[in-house]
Amino acid sequence: MKSLSVKRFTTISPILAVFLVLLAPGGLSAQQNKPWDKIPVPKLHDFKPQQPKRIELKNGIVVFLQEDHELPFVSGSVLIPGGSRDEDPAKTGLVGLYGQAWRTSGTAKLDGDALDDLLEAKAAHIETGGGEDSTSLAWDSLKGDADQVFSLALDLLLHPKFSAEKLGLAQQQEATGIVRRNDDEGEIAERESAKLVYGPNSPYTRQPELATIGAVTVGDLQAWHDRTIGGKLIVSVSGDFDAVAMEAKLRATFEGLPQVKPSPVRHDLFAGPTPGVYFIDKEDVNQSNVQIVGLGTDRHNPDVPALAVMNEILGGGFASRLFQKVRTELGLAYSVGGGYGAAYDHPATFDVDVLTKSATTVDATRAALAEIDGMTSKPFTQVELDRAKDNILNSFLFRYDTRDKVLAERVRLEFYGYPADYLETYKAALEKVTLADLGMVARKYIHPDKLAVLVVGNGPEIKPGLDELKLGAIKTVDITIPQPGKQDKTQ
Amino acid sequence: MQSRILPWSTRWILVLFVALAALSIAGAKAQDLKSFEQRITTKVLPNGLTLIICERPDAPVFSYSTFIDAGDVNDPSGESGLAHMFEHLAFKGTSEIGTTDYAAEKIALAKVEAANDAYEAEYLKAVGRDENKLAELKKAFIDAQAEAHKFVIPNQFTDIAERSGAEGLNAETGLDDTRYFWSMPENRLELWAYLESSRLADTVPREFYKERDVVIEERRMRTDSNPIGRLIEQFAATAYVAHNYGRSSIGWPSEVSQINATEAMEFHKKYYVGANVVVAVVGDVKAAEALPMLEKYFSKVPAGPKPEEMTTVEPKQFAEKTVTIREQTQPIYVEGYHRPSYRDPNDNVYDAISDILSNGRVSRLYRSLVRDQQIAAEAAGFSGFPGDKYPGLFAFLAVPLPGHTPAEMRDAIHKEIDKLKTADVTDDELAMYKTRTRADLLRGLADNQGLANDLAEYQTRYGDWRELFLQLDKVDKVTKADIRRVANEVFVSSNRTSAEIDTEAPAGNSKQAGGAQ
Repeated sequence: MKSLSVKRFTTISPILAVFLVLLAPGGLSAQQNKPWDKIPVPKLHDFKPQQPKRIELKNGIVVFLQEDHELPFVSGSVLIPGGSRDEDPAKTGLVGLYGQAWRTSGTAKLDGDALDDLLEAKAAHIETGGGEDSTSLAWDSLKGDADQVFSLALDLLLHPKFSAEKLGLAQQQEATGIVRRNDDEGEIAERESAKLVYGPNSPYTRQPELATIGAVTVGDLQAWHDRTIGGKLIVSVSGDFDAVAMEAKLRATFEGLPQVKPSPVRHDLFAGPTPGVYFIDKEDVNQSNVQIVGLGTDRHNPDVPALAVMNEILGGGFASRLFQKVRTELGLAYSVGGGYGAAYDHPATFDVDVLTKSATTVDATRAALAEIDGMTSKPFTQVELDRAKDNILNSFLFRYDTRDKVLAERVRLEFYGYPADYLETYKAALEKVTLADLGMVARKYIHPDKLAVLVVGNGPEIKPGLDELKLGAIKTVDITIPQPGKQDKTQ
Repeated sequence: MQSRILPWSTRWILVLFVALAALSIAGAKAQDLKSFEQRITTKVLPNGLTLIICERPDAPVFSYSTFIDAGDVNDPSGESGLAHMFEHLAFKGTSEIGTTDYAAEKIALAKVEAANDAYEAEYLKAVGRDENKLAELKKAFIDAQAEAHKFVIPNQFTDIAERSGAEGLNAETGLDDTRYFWSMPENRLELWAYLESSRLADTVPREFYKERDVVIEERRMRTDSNPIGRLIEQFAATAYVAHNYGRSSIGWPSEVSQINATEAMEFHKKYYVGANVVVAVVGDVKAAEALPMLEKYFSKVPAGPKPEEMTTVEPKQFAEKTVTIREQTQPIYVEGYHRPSYRDPNDNVYDAISDILSNGRVSRLYRSLVRDQQIAAEAAGFSGFPGDKYPGLFAFLAVPLPGHTPAEMRDAIHKEIDKLKTADVTDDELAMYKTRTRADLLRGLADNQGLANDLAEYQTRYGDWRELFLQLDKVDKVTKADIRRVANEVFVSSNRTSAEIDTEAPAGNSKQAGGAQ
């Protein structure tokens, strides 16, 4: 089993996942003979990541081409603005269903099942999907099949034929997810803690119910498609092709489409959680999943580099204050970590999580809260700062060490409207973070009195009880799954 | 491999279950092998340790995989979870890393061990345990740990690695083997060689008992508090009567909670010997320049004979077995049939069956149970659970749609099995398996870490990394008759173990003890 991954199996925003720092006992390490410090570190080989070619078509569609001739494959994708946060709340789940049924339905020329047969025989794929802020269509194949697979993908992009039967299949799959959503403790904790932060009816957290997915029709899927396909598409192709020929082909295909329509501007409100202790009882577990949550920020915020360094010190990885205290020193958790999240176009969450046996729920929660509190009361040291920056900066090139990663990053930046050199400016800003910056962001963003504590665990086993946290009355969260036809009793 | 069990969110149940059993894909074209032969250097050191270097200088980074040919299947009786516990210890530093004064720490650690022995001796007394004495011994044990802790620089090993740019630093222990891995900028190759060889050769049982608590939390997370974790543990325990594949790989609670540091270090001494270790490095590394340096560091790993093979062979199953878990979670059905190990000449035939039954929306189980009958959200058949170094299971899993039952899953799966036994698969199905296997192998070559893992694994498993490519010949030779023959040999009821979760109503009376209110 993964022995050390703090986050790999847990339920936190991946943005928060990879950080760290250490508190070495003062002075002791100075006595150490450190043979590793004597090992030479040569200059890193020169490396200029190959940037994809960006082409903006007259109608506003943007194309990226990333040649890579190492292996005989070609893959591509079309990213389409608009996702589940934009769907009708009465039909929550529509985009998820759309993402499945689009591909499984197929086109008038070739239905989804026939498409499956054709593609799988070539070890090729065309898949569609729906997410929070976008939907997508992606394809990949061996080089020799690339032209045919591209034609098929294009046909699916422009001429889908949604089938009632495949929508029904997707609805069944989704329903299975809904009735099973309270089986796993981690899944409950992740979902419900986000609802505490954003509110249960927020476009970012409202959940599909049997009734809302049942309300979705084939007409709804077609309407969604017609509405979003005219947006600013981002087309990216990578692999073993000739860029000149590919550019000509993509221009011929996409330049004839109408002028793209801008995405409507969102006006979401983000209030953050109502502070307090929340509890969800789960009788079949012997470990509590504790989530300490609040509102985070977005990446336009100029404080994000300093926050990233702060996160590293708070809860990134092995040497973070949380890991050192709760796991290494107290042995209270296998999984502990977290930090102040930053999303691209809306506030992410602040989230610290600890998984600990029922009986030590209060101890572990207190220990984690103390470290959060310590962000403002326990001064950051130069050792912590240096370490955190080393950790982030020395592994920074893993953000662009493959051509696919470079391409994905450029598509992401294009989608959210960030400059193409964002990573470089971000890295430069990380390098400049000072102790004063850390103190400033901690004071500005860490407010323990604005955080909610959610515990999912086995009530009778949690002794001492959560009231020992002395954070007010415990609020029980009802996670009963509404049955269609019955009165919806929550929210 | 238990290591790969993730928290299940419904859509991924199957993916996860399959992932934990997945074999690395085999097969490729000869010309690819040739190109790899030019870029790969293999060297067996005098201590028996094998180094593999694959030059892939696209970006100034490298990934490595250290593959130990020992896992929890090798845990001695009464010490289940030991291999995994040792893996945690391998992150705690060495006599140089993580200590302020190793000479003094060593003495303090010996006292910790003696205090633990004294405490355990009293604790385990079946008759005449003295509770006062036990409390005193426990205090002495805790005090001894505190004394040893004074010399510790916590997490220094991982700190050095991460400050030097380590990415994806982790390890996995499965029943079959133990793997350590990360990626780094290429200019830290020597630092990595120092760190990796030190922790293999010079492990110190530092903070062992705290780490044991951490591992028990890991068990609570993966197994006790997770419906699939519970199901898998019971399924394997029921399927095996003699072989260690039936044993909880993270360890039974009573055993893992009493493993001591002496036992962990004995495991290290026996299994972490050169002949049992393969280290593969893939990336921006020049073998000619790096080899002398790597040789210097990795020669520190003690030489030792390859540990003896396990003698226990699971006896032939002659009675069908079933486990039913009744609880308030949603239903799942799984069944398995004993099959031979990966060394069996029919190994690729099982891969073909798995592919035809389970791979994608064209697969038989998807089309039958999901698309046409509309009784399951997901369904698949796959090899490699709970391991494949020794005879494992060919397992089937199905997740019922709301309103459908495990019994319906079982019947539908059995119909599909009967089809395999009574009629040949189609030419198209067989060709698809071969095409996809070849393409998947090629796709995997683009990733340094994945390639390092595969090279180390194939070198260990077959004595030659080339087998990763050469297996394609065997894949090409699989016939329709092979599939039908193997299905008839293996998928018989007397060779079957099934396990299911039956959903119990949450009504008040049915609630288990301790669940008041």
